[in-house]
Amino acid sequence: MISQFFILSSKGDPLIYKDFRGDSGGRDVAELFYRKLTGLPGDESPVVMHHDDRHFIHIRHSGLYLVATTSENISPFSLLELLSRLATLLGDYCGSLGEGTISRNVALVYELLDEVLDYGYVQTTSTEMLRNFIQTEAVVSKPFSLFDLSSVGLFGAETQQSKVAPSSAASRPVLSSRSDQSQKNEVFLDVVERLSVLIASNGSLLKVDVQGEIRLKSFLPSGSEMRIGLTEEFCVGKSELRGYGPGIRVDEVSFHSSVLLEEFESHRILRLQPPQGELTVMRYQLSDDLPSPLPFRLFPSVQWDRGSGRLQVYLKLRCDLPPKSQALNVRLHLPLPRGVISLSQELSGPEQKAELGDGALHWDLPRVQGGSQLSGLFQMDVPGLPGPSGQGPSTTTPPLGLGPASLSFELPRHTCSGLQVRFLRLAFRPCGNANPHKWVRHLSHSDAYVIRI
Amino acid sequence: MPYLGSEDVVKELKKALCNPHIQADRLRYRNVIQRVIRMPKLDQWGQAEVLNFLLRYEPRSEEELFDILNLLDSFLKSSSPGVVMGATKLFLILAKKFPHVQTDVLVQVKGPLLAACSSESRELCFAALCHVRQILHSLPGHFSSHYKKFFCSYSEPHYIKLQKVEVLCELVNDENVQQVLEELRGYCTDVSADFAQAAIFAIGGIARTYTDQCVQILTELLGLRQEHITTVVVQTFRDLVWLCPQCTEAVCQALPGCEENIQDSEGKQALIWLLGVHGERIPNAPYVLEDFVENVKSETFPAVTMELLTALLRLFLSRPAECQDTLGRLLHYCIEEEKNMAVRDRGLFYYRLLLAGIDEVKQILCSPKSDPSLGLLEDQAERPVNSWASDFNTLVPVYGKARWATISKYQGAERRGPELPDTASFATSGPLIPEENKERVQELPDSGALVLVPNCQLTAEYFEKTWFSLKVAHQQVFPWRGAVHPDTLQMALQVVNIQTIAMSRAGAHPWKAYLSAQDDTGCLFLTELLLESENSEMQISVKQNEPRTETLNSFISVLETVFGTIGDIKS
Repeated sequence: MISQFFILSSKGDPLIYKDFRGDSGGRDVAELFYRKLTGLPGDESPVVMHHDDRHFIHIRHSGLYLVATTSENISPFSLLELLSRLATLLGDYCGSLGEGTISRNVALVYELLDEVLDYGYVQTTSTEMLRNFIQTEAVVSKPFSLFDLSSVGLFGAETQQSKVAPSSAASRPVLSSRSDQSQKNEVFLDVVERLSVLIASNGSLLKVDVQGEIRLKSFLPSGSEMRIGLTEEFCVGKSELRGYGPGIRVDEVSFHSSVLLEEFESHRILRLQPPQGELTVMRYQLSDDLPSPLPFRLFPSVQWDRGSGRLQVYLKLRCDLPPKSQALNVRLHLPLPRGVISLSQELSGPEQKAELGDGALHWDLPRVQGGSQLSGLFQMDVPGLPGPSGQGPSTTTPPLGLGPASLSFELPRHTCSGLQVRFLRLAFRPCGNANPHKWVRHLSHSDAYVIRI
Repeated sequence: MPYLGSEDVVKELKKALCNPHIQADRLRYRNVIQRVIRMPKLDQWGQAEVLNFLLRYEPRSEEELFDILNLLDSFLKSSSPGVVMGATKLFLILAKKFPHVQTDVLVQVKGPLLAACSSESRELCFAALCHVRQILHSLPGHFSSHYKKFFCSYSEPHYIKLQKVEVLCELVNDENVQQVLEELRGYCTDVSADFAQAAIFAIGGIARTYTDQCVQILTELLGLRQEHITTVVVQTFRDLVWLCPQCTEAVCQALPGCEENIQDSEGKQALIWLLGVHGERIPNAPYVLEDFVENVKSETFPAVTMELLTALLRLFLSRPAECQDTLGRLLHYCIEEEKNMAVRDRGLFYYRLLLAGIDEVKQILCSPKSDPSLGLLEDQAERPVNSWASDFNTLVPVYGKARWATISKYQGAERRGPELPDTASFATSGPLIPEENKERVQELPDSGALVLVPNCQLTAEYFEKTWFSLKVAHQQVFPWRGAVHPDTLQMALQVVNIQTIAMSRAGAHPWKAYLSAQDDTGCLFLTELLLESENSEMQISVKQNEPRTETLNSFISVLETVFGTIGDIKS
C-alpha cells in the first residue's frame, strides 16, 4: 500500500517523515515531491503525480501538505480518504492541525502513525482502538482568552442560547488521556451548509446547490449514547410528503456508518454512540428548490463612456433574509478590466469599505440586516479598454473583464434548507460528572455565490 | 497483513486465498468466500481490502454470482467513498457478461459520484471527475440531466475547472446543449487565458454535433478582438472545417479581420491554412497572405513560413492573377535568403514543381478539403464497459489513458509484466486502424479452432502453384460499399496474420487481391478477393490444402470480421 508518508509545511519544509517500506532507494522523497509540485505545468493536476516508479498523492489541509507515496496502482478514493482521516485524527489529538501544533507534537504524531499504519497497511483509524495504545500527551499552546473570539472557527462561537462558549474548544485536543476531572464534558453539534449559486446577467437563477453537514465534536467519554432529533417535516427526495405544507426537503441524505436509523423513518431521530473526537453524522444535499428566497440579490448597472474611458458601476445589493436575521462578513469581489487607474466611491453606509486590490474591487460589509438594501457607486478611469465593437461611444454593456461578482458571507443561525436540530439528548450516566454541556449551532455560508454582470 | 478484524477472520482469509487444497475444492473455496463476505464489523479499510481480494474470485455459476452481488449490495450504499467505488468495481468486473447489471450499478453509483464531485475536498472532487469522464465514454447520456453540477465555480483550482469543462463537452445532448453552450460561452471570456482557451476548444468539440450554434458563438467571440481568444477560435475553425465541411461558408464569412489579432505560431498557421485551402471564398485572401509575405523576413517561426508557402501555392492555383507576384517574391526569398533549411527545401521543391507544369502542381497540392470520416475515427466510439472496468477505482483514470501508457511503459521496463501468449499477435499496426477497431478485430474466435501463425511468408510462385493445384473449398459473397482502400485492408489483414501476396491498386476495375494464411498445424488457406465494377459485393474464394471444415469456417469468420470492421470505418 503506502510506501512513505510525510507532512510538509506550505513552504516545503518537512515536518514529519515516515518510511514504511524502505524502498525510497536512498533519495529524499519529500524534496522530490516538492520540486515536482512547484515545477508542474499548469494543466496537469497536482493531486496524483508520478516520478520514477512511484506515485505521489497528497491533500492540502490547513496549509500543510499531507503526502503519501505508493508504487502500486491502488484506489485513489481510499488513499484520499485515508489522508483526510489522518488529518482529522491529528487534529483531534493535537488540538488543531497546523505547522505549529505539529512541530510541538512530533512524538505524538509518530506514535499515531505507528499505530494507524503497519508496513504501509491501514490497521485502524478508529479513535476507540487507538486510545488504548497512545501514551504521549499533546502539548498545547496557552489557552485562548474568552475575549478572543473567531466566529469563523467551528465548534463554539455563538449558540442558540446566546451564551458564548469558549472558542478554545476549536483548538483543544479532544483525545488526551489526562484525568477525567480536568476534562469538561461538552458536546458540540454544528449544522453547516454551503451554498452555491449562479445567477445569470438577466437575473435568472441558473444554478443553486446546498451541501449540508451535521458535524459532531464530542468530548464526552466514548460510549455515551445520544439522540439527535431533526425537524419532523423533513423529507428526503422529491416524492415524499410529511406533515402539512411544503415542508423541508432535501434531495439526498447519507449517514455515518455508526448512526442507528430505527427511529429515523418515524420521528426523524438519529441515535448514535459517538467516539471522542470529530465526526460527520449526516450529509445531505439539495438542488434547485430552495424553500426560502436567496439571501442576496444584486442589481448592477454599468455606464461606460468609451471616449473618456470612464466606467461607472452602480451596485445595489438587496438582502432577502427575514428581518430578524443578519449576514456577517459580507464581501463582494468584482474583477475589473485591466488598467483601472482610480476609484472613487459612494457607499450607503458608514461601516462599509471598498478598495481596489489585485485587479478587483472588494466591497466589505461587516453586517447586513435582513430586508435591507445597500448600494455603492463606483467610478473608475479605464483608458484604452477594448470591448465589443459595434457599440456607440457610451454604452451600458459591460466591458470585457468586468467579471462576475462573487459574494462571500456567513449566515449565523440560519439554514438555507430549513433543516433544524430540535433536540440533542444524552443518555443519563450515573457516574457522570456535572451535567454535560451541549452546544448546537446552525450556520450557512457561501461556497460560490456568483452573479454575472 | 491488513487488519481485518479478529484472528479467525484473518485465518479464514488466509485459508481461502493461500491454501491450494481449499482452492482446488470448489465447494470449500466457495464456502470460505461466502464467510469472508459475511464478516461482520469490518471498518471501512477492511471492507475495501475484502472487495479488493474478491476481484480475484471467479463465481462458478450465475446463481452464485447473483448471490454474491446481493450480499455485497449494502457496500454500495456505504458512506465511505473508497468502499463504494471498490464495490462498484467489483460489480462491474463480476458481472462482465451481464451488461444490464453493469448499467444498473452505474446508475446506483451516480449519487455518490456526484456528491464526491461537489465535495469540499478538492482532491476527492478531482478523482471523482476523472471517473465520471471514464463512465461517460461508455454511457454518454448518464449524467446529462445533472449538467449543472459540472458548472465551474470561480474559486476552484485550474485543474478541476479543466476537468469540468471536458465533462461538460462530453455530456451534451439535445436538451441541455443550449444551457451548456451558454455557460461555456461565459467561460470563454474568463480572466485566465488558459481556461478561456480550454472552453473554446470544448465548444469546438461540441461543434462536431451542433455545428450551427457553435459556429455562431465562435464568430461572436472573434468580434471581441482579443488575441488569446482569436488564435484559439481560428484553430478551432480549421479543425471544424476539416470535419464538418458544411460550415465552411459560415467560417469564411467570419474570417476577414482576424489577421490583425493573431501573433502566435499556432494561430497564424491555422489562419494561413484556411486562407490557402478555402481562399476562393474569401475575397481578401490574397492580400492577407501578401501581408504575411511582406513580413516574412521578420517571421520567427519557420513552421509559419512553410505553411505560408503551401497556402500561397494553393491559392495561386485558384486565383493566379492576384497571387503570382506575391508567390514569386516569396519563393525568391525562401530560396535565396532563408537560413532555415527546411523552409528553403520546401521553397525549392515548389519552384521545381512549378517548372514541371501546372498539372503536376494540381496533382500534388489539390488534396481533399475535408474528411468527415476522420471525425468518426477520432471520436471515441462508445466503448464497452468491460474495456475499462478493471481500471475503475485505480490511478489509471486519474492520470488519463495517455499518461498511464507512458508511465506503465517506464515501469514495465523495470518489472516485466506477464506476457500474454498471443494467439494472433499484432504488430503495432499503422495509424489507420483506430484502437477500438483493433480491439474488435482482436476479439476473434480466439479459443479453440483457429490459430493463425504470424510471419508465414509464401513466395508468389509457390502461391500460384498451390493455387492452381487446389480446388475451391468455399465461395462466398460479402456485401461491400464503395471502393476499396488497399492499404487499410492490408493492415487489417496483417493484424490477424493474413498475408497479402498481391493486391490491385485502389480504383482498379475489377479489383482483385490474393491472400494467404497458415495455421499452427500447417494447414494453408489461400484466398482470392474479387470486386467487380458494380462495387456492391466482394467475392471471396478460399482454398485449403487440407480438408477441414471447422478450421475453414473459423477462417471465413475471421475474414468476415475484418471486412465488417473495414466497412464500418468507411461508412
